[in-house]
Amino acid sequence: MNNNIQKALQKRILILDGAMGTMLQRYDFSEEDFRGERFKDYSTSVKGNNDLLSLTQPKAIAEVHAKYFEAGADIVETNTFSSTTIAMADYGMEDLVYELNFESAKIAKKVAQEFTAKEPHKPRFVAGAMGPTNKTASMSPDVNDPGFRAISFEQLRTAYKQQAEALLDGGADLLLVETIFDTLNAKAALFAIEEVKAEREIQVPIMVSGTITDASGRTLSGQTAEAFLISISHIPLLSVGFNCALGAKQLTPHLEIIANRTNIAVSAYPNAGLPNAFGEYDETPSQMASQITEYLDKQLVNIIGGCCGTTPEHIEAISKIAEKYQPRPLMLEPKTIV
Amino acid sequence: MKQNRYLKLSGLEPLIITPESNFINVGERTNVAGSRRFLRLINEGNFEEALSIARDQVEGGAQILDVNMDDGLLDGKAAMVKFLNLIMAEPDIARVPIMIDSSKWEIIEAGLQVVQGKCVVNSISLKEGEAAFVQHATLVKRYGAAVIVMAFDETGQADTYERRVEIANRSYDILVGQVGFPPEDIIFDLNIFPVATGMDEHRKNAIDFIEGTRWVRENLPYCSVSGGVSNVSFSFRGNTIVREAMHSVFLYHAIQAGMNMGIVNPTMLEVYDAIPKDLLEHVEDVMFDKRDDATERLLNFAETVKGTAKEKTIDLSWRSEPLQDRITRALVKGIDQYIIEDIEEARQSVAKPIEVIEGHLMIGMNVVGDLFGSGKMFLPQVVKSARVMKKAVAYLLPFIEEDKDAVAKKNGIVLMATVKGDVHDIGKNIVSVVLACNNYEIIDLGVMVAPEKIIAEAKAHNVDIIGLSGLITPSLDEMVFLAKEMQRQQFEVPLLIGGATTSKAHTAVKIDPHYKSAVVHVNDASRAVTVVGDLLQKDRKVAYIKNIKDDYNKFRKGFLNRQETKTYISIEEARNNKFEIDWSTTEIVTPEQLGIHVLEDFDLSKLKDFIDWTPFFRSWDLHGRYPNILTDKIVGTQATELFEDAQRMLEKIISEKLLKAKAIFGLFEANTVNDDDVRLSAVDASKSNVFFRTLRQQAKKATGRPNIALADFIAPLETGIQDYIGCFCVTTGLGTAELAKKYEAAHDDYTSIMVKALADRLAEAFAEYLHKEVRTKYWGYTKNETLSNEELIKESYKGIRPAPGYPACPDHLEKETIWEILQVEEKIGVTLTDSLAMWPAASVSGYYFGNEQARYFGLGKIKEDQVADFAKRKNISIEKATKWLQPNIAE
Repeated sequence: MNNNIQKALQKRILILDGAMGTMLQRYDFSEEDFRGERFKDYSTSVKGNNDLLSLTQPKAIAEVHAKYFEAGADIVETNTFSSTTIAMADYGMEDLVYELNFESAKIAKKVAQEFTAKEPHKPRFVAGAMGPTNKTASMSPDVNDPGFRAISFEQLRTAYKQQAEALLDGGADLLLVETIFDTLNAKAALFAIEEVKAEREIQVPIMVSGTITDASGRTLSGQTAEAFLISISHIPLLSVGFNCALGAKQLTPHLEIIANRTNIAVSAYPNAGLPNAFGEYDETPSQMASQITEYLDKQLVNIIGGCCGTTPEHIEAISKIAEKYQPRPLMLEPKTIV
Repeated sequence: MKQNRYLKLSGLEPLIITPESNFINVGERTNVAGSRRFLRLINEGNFEEALSIARDQVEGGAQILDVNMDDGLLDGKAAMVKFLNLIMAEPDIARVPIMIDSSKWEIIEAGLQVVQGKCVVNSISLKEGEAAFVQHATLVKRYGAAVIVMAFDETGQADTYERRVEIANRSYDILVGQVGFPPEDIIFDLNIFPVATGMDEHRKNAIDFIEGTRWVRENLPYCSVSGGVSNVSFSFRGNTIVREAMHSVFLYHAIQAGMNMGIVNPTMLEVYDAIPKDLLEHVEDVMFDKRDDATERLLNFAETVKGTAKEKTIDLSWRSEPLQDRITRALVKGIDQYIIEDIEEARQSVAKPIEVIEGHLMIGMNVVGDLFGSGKMFLPQVVKSARVMKKAVAYLLPFIEEDKDAVAKKNGIVLMATVKGDVHDIGKNIVSVVLACNNYEIIDLGVMVAPEKIIAEAKAHNVDIIGLSGLITPSLDEMVFLAKEMQRQQFEVPLLIGGATTSKAHTAVKIDPHYKSAVVHVNDASRAVTVVGDLLQKDRKVAYIKNIKDDYNKFRKGFLNRQETKTYISIEEARNNKFEIDWSTTEIVTPEQLGIHVLEDFDLSKLKDFIDWTPFFRSWDLHGRYPNILTDKIVGTQATELFEDAQRMLEKIISEKLLKAKAIFGLFEANTVNDDDVRLSAVDASKSNVFFRTLRQQAKKATGRPNIALADFIAPLETGIQDYIGCFCVTTGLGTAELAKKYEAAHDDYTSIMVKALADRLAEAFAEYLHKEVRTKYWGYTKNETLSNEELIKESYKGIRPAPGYPACPDHLEKETIWEILQVEEKIGVTLTDSLAMWPAASVSGYYFGNEQARYFGLGKIKEDQVADFAKRKNISIEKATKWLQPNIAE
């Protein structure tokens, strides 16, 4: 499978799915739906814990994956953005973390296998999504105490290791460390993945995706795009790129920086524009696709998809355009010297 | 997309080192081992100011910031994490990559876990074998850092070309072949060692480094070479011109050979092309070992360049400027040569002589005040200005007294005193002078002033401010006592607190609560002026005092909250966890000359080379390390001028024998008894045994960390092994007071303060000198010791000489024992005050411990059980023991 994705990347631009959350909103699940039978007596409200739906509404999750595959996606992300002990602490569901990741990967994998069987020329892949958690390791949440940290590298490493193991056990083909607003959190995730790789003696393709938060062109933790790239380049990666926070248009200059400075694949999955006055993303599929044409004309990307506000309709529009373009040329990682 | 294998690092911003990059300069002032100031700030927990050092480095052009917290008395891991966390919150510092510098892996790893950018680890090596090397390198890679590899292996440090090549080659093969470390992330430190030391084996040190570098860059693809450049010129300390030339020559060739980064003080660098031909030739002869007598020739040549570069032509054109400009200039520049004639001219131009003071002189002094306030003038200059001012006023006084109506208007009256029992007054005198310059009347009561006297004088003169100074710890209690007494007598005069042991924390926590009016901690002269000004501002004074009170109140609360609640163990438990020396294997050398020795009228010229100049500059509020301070961007000129004046005064003191130096020391048979007491065998049989009572650390330690007492460094009686201890007192202060007074009488405070500061330095130098004599001769346990002055200052020798009052033994009471054994007062005339300060002030006393495991430590806080035990052992009341140990008793 690993070889497959490398091969596919050489040949064409791969399409990543769009937003899971936006799709789940369409189901309009109630508190009871979120709880399902299993958590009906759970002590706190769980509405809004989208990752939990992998256990209580697995059919809906599988449906969303299938819609994205139908729209042309090559890769779908597991429904595990917040499935770490750190993020799940908000719901007191730390003990469920292994199961959440395992089941989410299993659901996605099953759908992917069905599509691959139908269209063997276009194999489908599952990326185990590893979100940033809700805490930052290199910034203080307390303005009066800049030396304070709410989370340590060690705590992050432990949490991410558990997530990575469960995702791989559930069948994820690759791991996607994403929406990185603090590079140190990502380094802890990458450290954990390296440990898993070494312990299991396996290779796992890794995608890394940072988030540039505003026009300053920096991550929330203050790094420029290039500094971010240098900080995560010690690990052999399948791809590096950006997602979230900005629309396709605003992301272009930062993608150019990355694309001009790395040999590995470059990924981008922007939001459907910037949020409007009501906090909604309203860039239409055709608007977004035309913005993305610029990436393709400039040969900036190898993997393209959507983040907040994007739907199967967006992915379909993007996929149709991407088909017509050659991927950004890749040079294989230079072999070790001497 | 072409990708080259360049060393790429990142902070918030990238740093990519390509073959076209200029030499990459690493900032190294944020290193506790390299910067005393940084060490002090970290020890004090003053991370804010420590951060400003980091900021200065980055603003000054450092492209990588080296951070090192390796100090025996510091929790290096905690300090590293805290400092790096704080750096990360400062975008103007965090923009550059961090070099995490430690000899301890756990500190390196803790550092790697808190920095998001790609760091450099400094350093790993094969010193502890291949397994540890591979393990560390694997982790460095996983954390995503580059690494400095020291040319060091199981058998030692590489000191020849062949060894450098061998170790670099082997390290590279393991890293690239076995660990899979990216070769571009490897930086070799091939050890820069000094040349021209006079030792034959050092002659090839520079060539071997340069050629080693060339080999590495040609044979080990993509890696970098780094090093600390100033090492190469160690033997020319003090000769800036030669050192600068040596650095440039070395770098010129090392960079050509492929050295692409390192630690270089940019102010200690001459432009290669600007080096005079003859100097260049001599330096290159040494660097490349071109002739057998290269070192000697450079040494001789160095003597000639030492002086010549510093000659200055005197520009007298300012003498033709208008009168006020001349007076202002004389004050700003501290030139007293022409002041009398200018003042006379001014006097004849006004109706009343007092107008010269209120007009001409005040205009000039205001300029001085403004320049000082804005950091454009430094303390030694201001003190010189004051000298000119005093001279002018002294000249005018007789004329003013003739004119009965004239009363000079002063800004206010300030009483200054060094408290009872304390004799240190350099800082107090400096503050007095600076305040006097700003037109305050100073009533200086001198040293060892009893509280009753301070209060009586304050009333008699109706003073506006009282300033208290003290250097030794018992003085802190005197200050508390005085504050309480002033409150009892319902004083409202603001109180200023200053002196080396005082702190904002002590002032806020211990003094401020006892006094309703303002108490302000002021530790430098420039702040004293502003604080006094604000305190005496009629309209704003009330608000200002309230502000100060609120600030101290807040600080006090914060301080008390921040106090980590340390856990303590009983003295019994502490004794069970003592510092263990294996007495069966440790080497104990019998002193060559047991007994008591006196050095009378010691030749001061022998001490010149033992002087540690850094604290001298500090006493003048010039911060920085000697000799670098002489070329410092900001204070360099002033430091150089001050240094030249100091050299002249020192020569005068030595050649005219203005100060007397005496020393007494004794070496005795001794053993530890009952864990914490050191029993000295009686010198003559008629006397009974004498005991040194030591104190033991009582804070709960991590497993494996001992609770140390000085007694642990002496063999216990029950081992049956005869051990030894020494004690000493040196003074260079005999004559200081008289000499200083003479200058004061001549209105020359500058020279008066200079004399005292020099006497202090000479005393420290004498202690250093004597310790060396004891180690190599009288005791003789390191007969072959060859240490440079720099190494002496770093205390890299075997054995220690802690003094009662030092962190290891903070009880000043033990001085009485030393005085008793050596008969210090009778033999060399150094006495002890009520607070057990030594008089004359320029004196140093202490113990000698010779064991190779003996080291300096901080006692920290102790508990009542030890205080009671100490009182019992010493046969004094618990009240007395509590009084003397107060600053060390845990609350």
